[in-house]
Amino acid sequence: MSILIDRNTRVITQGLGATGLFHAQGAREYGTQMVGGVTPGKGGGAIDGFPLFDTVREAVEKTGATASVIYVPPPFAADAIIEAVDAGIGLVCCITEGIPVLDMVKVKEFMRGKTTRLVGPNCPGVITPGECKIGIMPGYIHKPGKIGVVSRSGTLTYEAVWQLTCVGLGQSTCVGIGGDPVNGTSHLDVLRMFEEDPDTEAVIMIGEIGGSSEEEGAYFVRDYMTKPVAAYIAGVTAPPGKRMGHAGAIISGGKGTAAEKVAVLRECGISVAASPAEMAAALLKVYKPDGLRIAV
Amino acid sequence: MNIHEYQAKAILREFGVPVPDGHVCYNGASAREWAKRLGDGPWVVKAQIHAGGRGKGGGVKLARSADEVRNTAREMLGMTLRTHQTGPEGKVVTRVLVENGCNIERELYLSLLVDRGTSRVTVMASTEGGMDIEQVAAETPENIFKEAVDPLLGLTSFQCRNLALSLGLSGKLTAKAVGLLQGLYSTFVSCDCSLLEINPLVVTAQGELLCLDAKFGFDDNAVFRHPRLGDMRDYDEEDPNEVEASQHDLSYVSLTGNIGCLVNGAGLAMATMDIIKHSGGDPANFLDVGGGATIERVTEAFKIILSDRNVKGILVNIFGGIMKCDVIATGVIEAARQVSLKVPLVVRLEGTNVAKGKQLLAESGLNIVAAEGMADAAKKIVQAVAAC
Repeated sequence: MSILIDRNTRVITQGLGATGLFHAQGAREYGTQMVGGVTPGKGGGAIDGFPLFDTVREAVEKTGATASVIYVPPPFAADAIIEAVDAGIGLVCCITEGIPVLDMVKVKEFMRGKTTRLVGPNCPGVITPGECKIGIMPGYIHKPGKIGVVSRSGTLTYEAVWQLTCVGLGQSTCVGIGGDPVNGTSHLDVLRMFEEDPDTEAVIMIGEIGGSSEEEGAYFVRDYMTKPVAAYIAGVTAPPGKRMGHAGAIISGGKGTAAEKVAVLRECGISVAASPAEMAAALLKVYKPDGLRIAV
Repeated sequence: MNIHEYQAKAILREFGVPVPDGHVCYNGASAREWAKRLGDGPWVVKAQIHAGGRGKGGGVKLARSADEVRNTAREMLGMTLRTHQTGPEGKVVTRVLVENGCNIERELYLSLLVDRGTSRVTVMASTEGGMDIEQVAAETPENIFKEAVDPLLGLTSFQCRNLALSLGLSGKLTAKAVGLLQGLYSTFVSCDCSLLEINPLVVTAQGELLCLDAKFGFDDNAVFRHPRLGDMRDYDEEDPNEVEASQHDLSYVSLTGNIGCLVNGAGLAMATMDIIKHSGGDPANFLDVGGGATIERVTEAFKIILSDRNVKGILVNIFGGIMKCDVIATGVIEAARQVSLKVPLVVRLEGTNVAKGKQLLAESGLNIVAAEGMADAAKKIVQAVAAC
């Protein structure tokens, strides 16, 4: 089992340009039900077997899509998210990197009270191994199983997943929440879903400098979570005031340092890996594959 | 990106936000000329560098005559200003702002930023003007007042009045504060700011509000829709390697260590720096080559890393997902040849076509140390650099 997506998820792609098409094909090969694309002006046509529609609303009506993945360029991506939310689609994964922050502020306001869940932007997407892959992650490094993974980073998530797969631990679902300061889904949101998912037995949470999403997640782990959680926080060596690639990865006003986050996570009973090479090992300190939790 | 104070004040003036009259000058004679045009003095001469803390470093001075303005400007221009934000190397002053002085009754603090917790623009005000806001937040948080802005409504008048009252402004100053705050909010939204800080905002003896200093941060993601901001960028204020990297779409931040890093993905790049430190080494940079690590990009990345004279070794850490390891290996080999690499190079490859990639590296005839996993890679580069 899984969270967010499974074998029944039907996905449309917003922005079927070269990048969008490449990843739509990859997802289809993985076994995902990629049911079409939205490219304004090309409705009624098709590209490589994907029927094209002018609007998300029409695509949802005609294909029964339950999720959308967005590869629309940054200047137009916020509008694409709003269109998908307006069409009432259940899940939107926005892969696009570089959306202006104030555009996302408006998107968040528009989404208040609506049922759509936004994952991202600036994220690798979501994968439920063996069932459904939405986004740009390499499918083959994953293995179906019981570990949930949530992360702000792309390749660092692959690193964690690969470590898990190499020690024989499969994943229930891996969620990349993205590296932007204003995004749709937080660590806490995903941890709550993993806690409620009967087939997730343990979680790896990957964070980085900037903001307080990891701390909020940690307090949830301390107060409500029954499943073991391991974590890694990137950016111990990051200097203050510098944006480290991700728009959200910045220590501002002395806040959001890795040391601060690690301290909070440890206080909340999370097994924090001292190095990125030890993420799977940190999980195995608190989790035995039969599901028993071991005291830290 | 950041801009100079005089540029910040010009933008604020356009939005009707009160700032002192002033002008930027590049030499003493023009400083003297502008002083006379601005008024009868006294004037303030302010060194224009991007770092804060200029006053303590001798970069802000009062002048009582036009000749004194000229002399002060001459002293400042060309000097290396060191503040707590410039680092020990300091910044060379190439321009000064000459502006009218004022009689200060009270100093206050205002800032606008995007609050990640609420996903809204938040206005922060404090009675402790002229102080470092982080210090105020730590020592007297009760002196900080906040209003979160609904993006659909904008900053409302009542929120401005709330802030004005919290700052102890009354009578005519309340209405002036409402106008000033709404002007700041318009500026923030119209220019896609990430930060707009007025410190201090002063109440003058004449009962006016005036922004004595202004600091802008802009959202790098939104610079594309503000072409004139590009013209305001002062490359002298930035690390030349970072400027060079940004022109090749590489994300690079220079650090103080001696092990250069070339990684794909921002999170993995930070993690690579961390594991070098964890293994007893010291990273020289953050560098994310991004998803499309072509030969050209990898070559540029090597050049940028190597232009840092401290670099004694390079660690390449690639998790090839969509990018295939053999393609990346070809890029690394080609790049190493082109720059005739002399320092130790450790390469860790993982992911798609990894065996083929490793084979290419092994057969390249170059002195490349292959590593298995991040821990091994970090250990090997730290050892190699220590042996130099």
